Amino acid sequence: MALRKHQEPQTQSSIPDDWFVPIKKNESDAEAVVRPSLSYWQDAWRRLLKNKLAMMGLFFLSFLTFMAIFGPIISPHTVDYQDLVNQNLSPSSEHWFGTDELGRDVFTRTWYGARISLFVGIAAALIDFLIGVIYGGIAGYKGGRTDHYMMRVIEVLYGLPYLLVVILISVVMGPSLATIIFALTITGWIGMARIVRGQVLQIKNYEFVLASKTFGTKTGRIIRKNLLPNTMGPIIVQMTLSVPSAIFAEAFLSFLGLGIQAPLASWGSMASDALPVILSGDWWRLFFPAFFISLTMFSFNVLGDGLQDALDPKLRR
Amino acid sequence: MLGYLVKRIGSMAVTLLVIITLTFFLMHSIPGSPFNEERATSEAVQKNLESYYHLDEPLYVQYFLYLKSVATFDFGPSIKKSSQTVNEMLGRGFPVSFELGMVTLIVAIFSGILLGIIAALRHNGFIDYLAMTVAVLGISVPNFVMATLLIQQLAVTWEILPVATWTSPKHMILPTLALATGPMAIIARLTRASMLEVLTQDYIRTAKAKGLSPVKIVFKHALKNALLPVVTILGSLAASILTGTFVIEKIFAIPGMGKYFVESINQRDYPVIMGTTIFYSTVLIIMLFLVDLAYGILDPRIKLHKKEGK
Repeated sequence: MALRKHQEPQTQSSIPDDWFVPIKKNESDAEAVVRPSLSYWQDAWRRLLKNKLAMMGLFFLSFLTFMAIFGPIISPHTVDYQDLVNQNLSPSSEHWFGTDELGRDVFTRTWYGARISLFVGIAAALIDFLIGVIYGGIAGYKGGRTDHYMMRVIEVLYGLPYLLVVILISVVMGPSLATIIFALTITGWIGMARIVRGQVLQIKNYEFVLASKTFGTKTGRIIRKNLLPNTMGPIIVQMTLSVPSAIFAEAFLSFLGLGIQAPLASWGSMASDALPVILSGDWWRLFFPAFFISLTMFSFNVLGDGLQDALDPKLRR
Repeated sequence: MLGYLVKRIGSMAVTLLVIITLTFFLMHSIPGSPFNEERATSEAVQKNLESYYHLDEPLYVQYFLYLKSVATFDFGPSIKKSSQTVNEMLGRGFPVSFELGMVTLIVAIFSGILLGIIAALRHNGFIDYLAMTVAVLGISVPNFVMATLLIQQLAVTWEILPVATWTSPKHMILPTLALATGPMAIIARLTRASMLEVLTQDYIRTAKAKGLSPVKIVFKHALKNALLPVVTILGSLAASILTGTFVIEKIFAIPGMGKYFVESINQRDYPVIMGTTIFYSTVLIIMLFLVDLAYGILDPRIKLHKKEGK
C-alpha cells in the first residue's frame, strides 16, 4: 500500500498548464521581514492601548487635568470669595457642588485643589526623577568603592520614616507649596536612585556598551545615549507610581493642617474642614474632594500598572 | 550571621543618630525661643526657664546634653504642658497606638492574603476581577477619606457603630477598618501576583500529580513560597500604618501617641515633637530590622552572611 505510486487526481487535467507560474525566488527575499517591525516604544504603546483599565486611567487623568485648568475659569465664583449669606448650601444650579461654612463655592475650590494636587504630584515626581537618575546613574556606572559609599548613604536615608521627615520639615519651614515639594523630594528620590542603579549595573556590562567604550565615547555620552534609554521603562513606571504617593502625602499634610493654608484650597484641607460637618449631613463638603482625590490616585495607579505590563520586555510578544 | 548582625546594627545606629541630629537642629533652627511669645514674663523668670531647659547653653552643648538624655530614654519635659514629661505622654499613648497598629496589621495581613489567594485561584475569573478592583480602590482611597466615609455611612447614617473614642471592641472596628484597607489591598495584590507565579512551577504540578487536595497544595506547598514577597514589604507597611495612626487617632479622638504628636505639632511643643519623632523612628527601624531577619530565616536561598556561602 505504502509503496503504491500516488495517483494524480482526475481534476488535475482540467486546470490548464499556463495557470501555473513559477514564483520568483530570490536568495535575499527569504531573509526579508514581512510584518512591519515595531520598535520597543511602539510595541509598548500598542499593548497599553489594549489595556482597558490603563486607558480608563489615562482618560480620567486627561479629564482631571482639563478641569483643573478650566474648572476655576468656567465657574462664576472665585476660590476665596466668602458669601456669609449662602453658607452650607447643598449643590444647586448656582453652586454646582454646594458651598462650605464660609459660603465659598465648593466647585471652584475642588478644581483649585486639583491644580495643587496635580502640580505637587508631578513636580515631586520630576525632581525625584532628576536626582534619582543622576545619583543612581553615577553609583551604578562608577561601581566599586564609589557605589559602596553612595549606597551606604542611601541605606541610612532609607531608614528615615518618609512622612515623619516631611512633617518635621513642614513644621520648621512653615506651610507653603514650596515647602511641601521640598519635603516630599528630600527622601522621595531614593526609590528612583535604587532602580536606576540596579538597571545601570546590569546594562553597563552588555556588549554594545563595551563597543561604545572601545570607540572612545565619553562617559557622559554613554550614560545619556546608551544606558538611560534602556532603563527608561522601569523609570517611567516608578515615576507614574510616585505621583499618587506624593499626592497622598500632600493631602495628608493638608489634612493635618501642615499643608496648603486658607484661603487657598487643597483636597486634603477641604476634607479636613468637612470633618466637623459630616455629622450634620452636609455630605457634599466631604464627597467632592474625597471622590476626586481617590479618582486621581486610582487613575495614576492603574496607569502605572498598565505601563509596568506594557514596558516589561519579558512580556513582549 | 554575626558579622551581618553587627553591620546591620551599626547602620541602624547611624540612621538613628542622623534622625536625632536632624530633629534637634531642625527644631533649633526655628527662630525665637518658645518662651517669648504669649505671656510677658519678667527677665528673671525668663532666665530661670531658659536655664531649666538648658536654652542658655551654646547649641553644641545642648546637642550633647540631648544626646545624653536620649541615650538614657529621657526625652525631657513638655514645654506647653508644664507638669508633664514627654516620657509620661509616650507611656500613656503608646499602648493605645500599639494596640490599634497591631490589630490593623493582623487584620490587613490575614484578609489581604486570603483575598490574594482567592483571586489567584480564580485567575481571570469574575472573583479575580472583583477582588483586584477592590484592591486598586483600596490603594487609591486615602485612609483619612476612608475613615470619614465610614463614619458617615456606618456611624451617622446607619448608626450601627459608635462614631469615636477607643473604649470597647465595638469602638475599635471603624478605626481598624479605615487604617487596614490600604495595607490589605497592597498585600492582596502582591499575594496574588506571587501566587500566580508559584502555581506554574514544577513542584506544584508534582503535588497535583500526586493527587493532593487543592487545599493542601495551596496552603502547604504554594503559600510558603508565595508569601516571601509579602514579608519584604511588611516593614514599609508597618511604617504606613504607623503614620496612618496620626490622622486616624485625630479623626476618631483616640488617645494614642499620634494624637499627642499632632497636638504637639499644632502647639509647636518642640520637646514633644522631638521625643515622639525619635521614638517613632526607633520603632520603625527596629521593625525593618526584624523583617530583614525574618526574611533571611524564611528563605534559605538568601544568605545573610554572603562571604561564607558559595
